[in-house]
Amino acid sequence: MLSRTADSLYWTGRYIERADFLARILEATIRLAAIPTRGDGDAETVWASALASAGAPKALGRAPTEKSVREYLAFSPENPSSITACLTRARTNARSVRTALTVELWEAINGAWNGLSEQGQPTRRDDFGHFLEWVKTQTLSFEGAASRTMLRNDGYYFLRLGAAIERADNTARLLDVKYHLLLPEGERVGGQLDYFQWTTLLREVSALTAYRWVYRDSVKPWLVADLLVLNRQMPRSLASCQASIVRYLEKLASDYGRRGPAQRIAADRMRAFDNSRIETIFQSGLHEYIQSFLSENGRLGQAITEQYLS
Amino acid sequence: MAFDEMSGDGGGVRESYRGLARWLEDAPEGLLQARSRQAELFFRRMGVTFAVYGDADSSERLIPFDVVPRIIGATEWAGLEKGLIQRVSAINAFLSDVYGAQECLKAGVVPAELILTNPQYAPEMQGRRPPRDIWVQIAGVDLVRTGEDGFYVLEDNCRTPSGVSYMLENREMMMRLFPDLFADYPVRPVETYADMLLASLRACAPEAAGSDPTIVVLTPGPFNSAYYEHSFLADKLGVELVEGRDLFVDDGKVFMRTTQGRQQVDVVYRRIDDAYLDPLTFRPDSTLGVPGLMTAYEAGTVTLANAVGTGVADDKAVYTYMPEIIRFFTGEEPILNNVPTWRCREPEALKHVLANLGDLVVKEVGGSGGYGMLVGPASTKAEIESFRKKLINDPDDFIAQPTLALSTAPTLDKGELHGRHVDLRPFVLSSPDGVKVAPGGLTRVALKPGSLVVNSSQGGGTKDTWVLDV
Repeated sequence: MLSRTADSLYWTGRYIERADFLARILEATIRLAAIPTRGDGDAETVWASALASAGAPKALGRAPTEKSVREYLAFSPENPSSITACLTRARTNARSVRTALTVELWEAINGAWNGLSEQGQPTRRDDFGHFLEWVKTQTLSFEGAASRTMLRNDGYYFLRLGAAIERADNTARLLDVKYHLLLPEGERVGGQLDYFQWTTLLREVSALTAYRWVYRDSVKPWLVADLLVLNRQMPRSLASCQASIVRYLEKLASDYGRRGPAQRIAADRMRAFDNSRIETIFQSGLHEYIQSFLSENGRLGQAITEQYLS
Repeated sequence: MAFDEMSGDGGGVRESYRGLARWLEDAPEGLLQARSRQAELFFRRMGVTFAVYGDADSSERLIPFDVVPRIIGATEWAGLEKGLIQRVSAINAFLSDVYGAQECLKAGVVPAELILTNPQYAPEMQGRRPPRDIWVQIAGVDLVRTGEDGFYVLEDNCRTPSGVSYMLENREMMMRLFPDLFADYPVRPVETYADMLLASLRACAPEAAGSDPTIVVLTPGPFNSAYYEHSFLADKLGVELVEGRDLFVDDGKVFMRTTQGRQQVDVVYRRIDDAYLDPLTFRPDSTLGVPGLMTAYEAGTVTLANAVGTGVADDKAVYTYMPEIIRFFTGEEPILNNVPTWRCREPEALKHVLANLGDLVVKEVGGSGGYGMLVGPASTKAEIESFRKKLINDPDDFIAQPTLALSTAPTLDKGELHGRHVDLRPFVLSSPDGVKVAPGGLTRVALKPGSLVVNSSQGGGTKDTWVLDV
């Protein structure tokens, strides 16, 4: 397979995953912003945290508003990672490698892109909510088309690899933001608002019900962290994403008959997960843990690029 | 009145169209319109689009598709096929001679200076032979018709002719929309085109490539107007679609960058013009090409389809000599007519053209896509006068032809069928195994009433083209 083709597939996977994640962040933020709190500037704090989750904490200056953040994350042409930009880039990438896609997968991506103009850029909250719903449906149809129609060969693995790397990044950033930014001054850790925020965070990644099934307990920060960091049943957890990355890299290595630095880095990281306990992670600091995870995830991405995509 | 593909000169429905006429009589009202809307939706969903340069609003458009097929009877086709094979064989022989012994120039068949000073002439190719001595692997010859037996060649597209994806997609669409119509008609399949092309390209590979050559389609990229077609062809051929940056030259050989390292490439079906192929030899500012490609080509390690320098055969000034070229290289009379053409480089002809500008079509010799031409009868006085100045300043750059009464074919317009002017582009493949014509082609139709310009960039549409078996 051409390196450029692999690169485009990898990025198609990443962009679609990112669009989905942005839709979820926005949904959760609208929900969070709706809880009454004491301070005046709290709504702004909530919207600022949405920006931070999306990896662009400083994009809108000091006082981002609901309107400006929604516009920036969903539609802005200036933001290379807005939902619109992600779906457009995914489609541009896919179009440049059409021959590597099944008709169904191409139609799912092209359909999402065609749909963007029909959807318009709704400003009313309810219409905006429908738009976010629609975005999530698009990514589901993409996932379905990919898993139901694509040959299980290198093309598929690169597409999935991109999605897994992106998903790991997103989950990590989401957790980090909750842990450090969200709670306004004067609010007690473990208090009403704190509880509501953790619940919303779970909801955001479609994991509230999963949480109850797994832990049979009220929502507690370290258990949420356990679910999103170490739990292998949870498809978005860092450990699950890491397992997917290892799986796809190993498939590539076996198809190509050659292992390289990417496989070695990924396997080392997987071993680290297997030996981790959430208590230890909390003791040495979740934030530090996540920062180091993000930088290693970036390093792995770089290794994949060097080994296959350039 | 122009000749009509369905009703001829008005004496009743022509034989090849009888089944369609019966079917149309029975079709419930509104059926064609409904099918037409379905087709558009489907094409959009598939992304069968072309890009229009300089059109910022909609960078991707659909070429309008007309659901009424253009039908060619078996006997008519047999004549065309013979003529096309003769013509393309002559063109291959001509190119081999121009870049070789130049017998035809010595014999005065074509003026030597017209060839040697032609912007399309590639001095790099002088004295060289492409692998297997095949120059035009793929030609798309534009034909028009003025009467029952009056077929004329308008252009021999010998560089990177496009449109074949529409031949295939239009057929797919028609079979989907009108399965019952196919049940009644012995339509020859065009789906074999990909296999024909693959076999043809394989046979043109350098000898050193062995029995399983690596073939690629080289595209300028997704922003090119014909990108859809490039990806479509690569897909149908089952080969990689590459851009210039995916290839590199090392030790006189061409390689592509893959996830498993380098892989040697034997045949490049390139959809990039000569000028952009290799920045080291041609335009240094080209980022579409592959540095060093010409070195590999000259070393004979790679086949380019089409060969470099073929533009000298489809140049509009050289076109006028095509009948002589055919006679010289085949020893036969040309089967297909040239449109009578005045070469403005000749003073007598120029005088005639200037005196009759309002009745003629004047074309720039290097132009294409319907740009840079004057259609006398359809132009205003002011347009004609401004064109007259260009012509006087640079007569060598122009040829003129009579305005042909192009045949019409029934075409759907707001729910009704009207005759609209059409042309026909069959695709001709050449290899050491011979010259073959795909049984079909691209029919382009000028959708505006009375218009003679069929180019998609200027409001033209396409039709499925049926070649009948009996």
